[in-house]
Amino acid sequence: MGNAKGASPKRPGATRGTARNPKAGETTERSTKTPGAERNSKNRRFAAALRHHRESAAHGFVRLFVEPLQSVMTALVIAIALALPAALYVLVASVQQMGGDLDASARITVFLHRDATASTIETLRSTWAADSEIAELEYIPAAIALEDFKAHSGFGDVLDLLDENPLPPVLLVNPAGKPDAERIAALAARLEGDPRVDAAQLDMLWLKRLNSILTTGRQVAFALAAVLALGVLLIIGNTIRLAVESRREEILVVKLVGGTDAFVRRPFLYNGLWYGASGGLLSWVMVAVGCWWLNISVERLAALYQSQLALLNPGIVELAVLVCGGGLLGVLGAWLAVGRHVAAIEP
Amino acid sequence: MIQFDQVRKRYPGGHEALNSVSFELETGAFAFLTGHSGAGKSTLLKLVMLMERPTHGQVLINGRNLSRLHKSQIPHYRRNIGVVFQNHHLLFDRSVYDNVALPLLVSGYPARDIGRRVRAALDKVGLLDKERQNPVELSGGEQQRVGIARAVVHTPRILLADEPTGNLDPALSEEIMNLFRDFNDIGVTVLIATHDIALISRMGHHVLTLQNGEMLSSDSASSASLVQPEIVQSEIVTSGMAEQATTAKPDFPHG
Repeated sequence: MGNAKGASPKRPGATRGTARNPKAGETTERSTKTPGAERNSKNRRFAAALRHHRESAAHGFVRLFVEPLQSVMTALVIAIALALPAALYVLVASVQQMGGDLDASARITVFLHRDATASTIETLRSTWAADSEIAELEYIPAAIALEDFKAHSGFGDVLDLLDENPLPPVLLVNPAGKPDAERIAALAARLEGDPRVDAAQLDMLWLKRLNSILTTGRQVAFALAAVLALGVLLIIGNTIRLAVESRREEILVVKLVGGTDAFVRRPFLYNGLWYGASGGLLSWVMVAVGCWWLNISVERLAALYQSQLALLNPGIVELAVLVCGGGLLGVLGAWLAVGRHVAAIEP
Repeated sequence: MIQFDQVRKRYPGGHEALNSVSFELETGAFAFLTGHSGAGKSTLLKLVMLMERPTHGQVLINGRNLSRLHKSQIPHYRRNIGVVFQNHHLLFDRSVYDNVALPLLVSGYPARDIGRRVRAALDKVGLLDKERQNPVELSGGEQQRVGIARAVVHTPRILLADEPTGNLDPALSEEIMNLFRDFNDIGVTVLIATHDIALISRMGHHVLTLQNGEMLSSDSASSASLVQPEIVQSEIVTSGMAEQATTAKPDFPHG
C-alpha cells in the first residue's frame, strides 16, 4: 500500500536499480550494536511509522493524478463550498474596512457662534489643540463654508440673494484614540458646554447601523461556513468511501499479512488531506480572481461616489486559513468515512 | 506449535463447521490437512489466522491462547504466520517486488532489510528476474510462487497454505511442495490444506483428516488411505477461504 514505487507498476524495468531500494540511504536509525535494544526497537518502529507517513502522503498525492478528472471534480466541489463563505467574508471585511475609515473619521462638527471674533476663534483653536482628547482640528471660516456650499449644493444663485452669510464658522474636531461612540459622544457634550460654542453635532447613528449590518453579515458568513463545512465533510467522506471500496482487495491482503487498522487508514487520511487542501487552494484562487474581476467595476462605481471603496484582495492569511481549513476538513471527513468502512472490511 | 483443544465452530447461520477438534502439531512439523469440501479445512486455517474465533474450545499457538488475544493484537499476531492462498490474493496494481514487500512494509522493517529480504525470497522461489513485472503477466504457477515468497518473506514461524496446488498441474504442484519442504527444513511449522491425495501419499507426511467438521484421524502418511477416495473425487473446491476470495477478484487464467 503506501509504497511509492507502486505508482509505476506498468513499467517493468524502467526504474530498475534506483527504485528497488529507494530509501536505503535515508534510514539512519538501527544499529545492531546499540546496547538499548528496547529503545532501538522503539526507534525502529517510530522510524517505520514515519516512513509510512511519508510514503502515504506521497502516494496519496500521486493518487490524485491517477484519476485526474474525479480528483479535479472533487476538489472543485470542495472549492466552491469553501469559496462561498470566503467570498462573503471578504465582502464583509471590505465594507467593514470602509466603515472603519469612516469610523476613524467620526468627526465632531462644532458650530461656533456667528458673531465669534477671529481672536476668540484663535484662542479656542489653540486651547483645543492642546486637548489630549482631540487629535486634529480643522477650521472652516464662515466665508469658505459658504463658498463650498455654493459650489456643491446647487443653491449658489439663491445664496447670492442673501445679504449676509448665514453660515457660522465651523471647527471640525477629530477625536484622539480609538473610535468609541460613547467617548466621542462625551467629548462632543464637553465641547458643546463651552460658551463660545453654539452647537456640537455628532451623527453616528448610521455608523451604528452599518456596524450591525456588518455583524449580521459576518454571522451569516459563519453560519454559511458551518453548513458548507458539513457539506465538505460529506463530500470527502463519500469520495473516500468509494476509494476504500475500490481498494477492498488491497485492504484485505494488508490485514491478512498483519497490517494494523492505522496502517490501512493512513493513505486514505492523506488522500482526504490532499483533497481538502487542494480544494482550499482552489477556493482561494476563485475568490482572488472573483475579487480582481469585481474590483474593476466596483472601483468605477466607487469613483462616481468619490469613494475609495474597493474589495479587499484575499491575502496570504486567507490562503493559509483556506488551505489549512480545507485540509483539516479533508482529514476529518476521511477519518469519519475510513473509520467505519475499513473496520468493516475484515478477512 | 499449533494446538487445538475441543474446538467447535458454529457459524451464525447455524452451520457447524468444526466439532470437537483436537490435535497438536509440534514445532517444525509438516502436516497435511485433508477432507472433503466443507469438511472444515478452511475454517480450521481461519481459526489459526484469527479470521474467525472458535465458538467453543481453545486454540493455542506457540503456547499462546488465542482467545485471550485482543482485537488490537491480531495484526501483530498475524505477522508470525505466513499464508498461501489458492487464488494467491496478489495485488495487480503493483509489481511482484512490491507484492512480496507488503508484509515487511506492514511490520515496519527498515528499507534496507526490505530489499534484501524480498530478493532473497524471490530468489528462493526462482523469480528474482521477474521482480519488476506485474503479477498479471505471470503464469499461474509463477503467481503461486509469488504468493509463497510473500508468505515467507518475513520468516514466519508458521506457514499455512489453503489448496496451494489447487489449480496447478502435478509437476508444478510437486515443485511448490518442495518449496514448502525447504521452508520446513529450516524449522518453519507447515500446515497445508489440500485434497490432492496423490501428492500427500507421494510426500509422506503427517496427515490430519477432517470429515463433516470432525477430526477423523491424526496420522502419519501411511494412513492417508483413510481419506475416502469417493469423497475426494466428488470435490468441488468452493469451501472456506475460496468462498471468501469470491468477494475479491476472480482467479486469473493459469499456466
